[in-house]
Amino acid sequence: MFWDQESETLARSLLEPLQLARLQETVRRVAARVPFYQRKFAESDLQADAIRSLADVRRLPFTTSDDLRAHYPNGLLAVSAEEPVRLHTSSGTTGKPKALLFSRNDLHCAAELVARSLVMTGVTHRDVFQNMMSYGLFTGGLMMHYGAEKVGCLVIPSGPGTSERQLMLMQDFRTTATHILPSYALYFAGFLEQRGIDSRRDLAWRKAFIGAEPYTEETRRKIEEALGLEVFNSYGLTEMNGPGVAFECRERCGMHLWEDNFLLEIIDPQTGEPLPEGERGELVLTTLRREAMPILRYRTRDITRILPGPCPCGRTHRRLDRIMGRSDDMLIVRGVNIFPQQIERVLMAHPQVGRNYVIQLEGLDDLTLEVELAATGFDGEVEHVASLQHQLTEKLKAELWVRPKVNLVPAGSLPVCDGKARRVIDRRSM
Amino acid sequence: MNLVAVFVENKPGQTARITKILAEAGVNICWVTIAHSGSFGVMKFLVDNLDLAVQQLKGKGLMVSLLEVVAVEVTDKPGALQAVAECLGRHDVNLGNCSGFVANNRAILILEVQELAQARQVLEAEGLRLLTPAEMLRL
Repeated sequence: MFWDQESETLARSLLEPLQLARLQETVRRVAARVPFYQRKFAESDLQADAIRSLADVRRLPFTTSDDLRAHYPNGLLAVSAEEPVRLHTSSGTTGKPKALLFSRNDLHCAAELVARSLVMTGVTHRDVFQNMMSYGLFTGGLMMHYGAEKVGCLVIPSGPGTSERQLMLMQDFRTTATHILPSYALYFAGFLEQRGIDSRRDLAWRKAFIGAEPYTEETRRKIEEALGLEVFNSYGLTEMNGPGVAFECRERCGMHLWEDNFLLEIIDPQTGEPLPEGERGELVLTTLRREAMPILRYRTRDITRILPGPCPCGRTHRRLDRIMGRSDDMLIVRGVNIFPQQIERVLMAHPQVGRNYVIQLEGLDDLTLEVELAATGFDGEVEHVASLQHQLTEKLKAELWVRPKVNLVPAGSLPVCDGKARRVIDRRSM
Repeated sequence: MNLVAVFVENKPGQTARITKILAEAGVNICWVTIAHSGSFGVMKFLVDNLDLAVQQLKGKGLMVSLLEVVAVEVTDKPGALQAVAECLGRHDVNLGNCSGFVANNRAILILEVQELAQARQVLEAEGLRLLTPAEMLRL
């Protein structure tokens, strides 16, 4: 099923010239109207007509989240201040947020992309779409709302209300699809269980779109199993409209990024140089249709890669792999880029491994992992622990291309890291 | 018969730390082995008060597991161990970690095997005496 079949399946030989034309137009507009980009262009002696091919995008300056903050509230506008019709902000836990302003047409384009994304997963006008995300300055609520309305769903803007009210609406209006935080979906599964409600039997709920917070594939599977849902991964960020930048199709193998609206690059976060297709690096996005606040080469800090090859669904827009971490977290060990999430994924696949681990970099360039055993991970046999240690070492070597030293330690013996606490200790003497 | 096995990091002071916990609880150790594998090790104890030992060690945050073993008494003369090994081999019972000692002219083997029930059965059929924990503690 397609929402906009022509755009979604546009041959690469037509899509790329379209991207180039839109990129050139974007560059011309910011060069004419946005002082920040005028200054950046002057610094690198770049003319507005210098972009002759898509590869020339690398001549353009990057835009960082600090640049957005520095130009709060409307310093990056490419239209007059009266023009925008909507403000969204990106959560800044400290200081000023990033302000994003949208024109009427920007909102139209954003809703179109959400509509494409939803229809791509099988949503139709017959669906009842309960949007449990927060409305307001956060894009997750409103942007999804307008996209689902465009598709013709009955949209229930329930927002993050109480579970009793969510359930009442679900039952009374036979909700079929939701937009929901993954952590809340897990909580809600427990809530239903307590009330003896079997989602498969008692509700019409069949699909969930999750996002707005990091989660693992295991969490997705848990939600699917607990609630009998098909759960779709998506990628979005406020700077690029919020939800609907990239979405999984029914194949659920990578997220199609809408390349007629965003120019995508994968770069080495250290050097800023583009990486060959298929390699992991930082995702950099340029808006191709933004009127109010076009953004060139936005450093998302998200690490991912482009999945090679065409998708059986027939869409020509390339697919992003799961976001595997933030570029700020990247470690370089013996010349190899390593992301803590790679290590975590290997460790967490073993039930005998506990939740806590510490990554230590020592000596000249040695990677040592202190890994807690799970509380049930010790059966009294030294050989079993040794065998686990060996397996972990080999699997990590295969994943990282660097052989780590794995030290298994008793459950509860490492300092507790909650959430974003740093698990990396760098004591290298280089 | 159960042993208490404790997972420890292989670094100075760990054995002292664990035995201090047992000593302060008044737990007597009748038998001990320590096996290490690089950065970690496992200490196994036969103690006079298993429940108390487990409770105290767990209470101090240690990883503890119970390990069922067979204790068999053999005559203290050449060929005694061989007889046990042959008997188990004949019945396809694979030996795991084992240790043996002689105390008060009695020779004792402590055997870790996967097939515990079968090991007990074939050893007893061979006319060998299996020791209860109480007997072990009285050696």
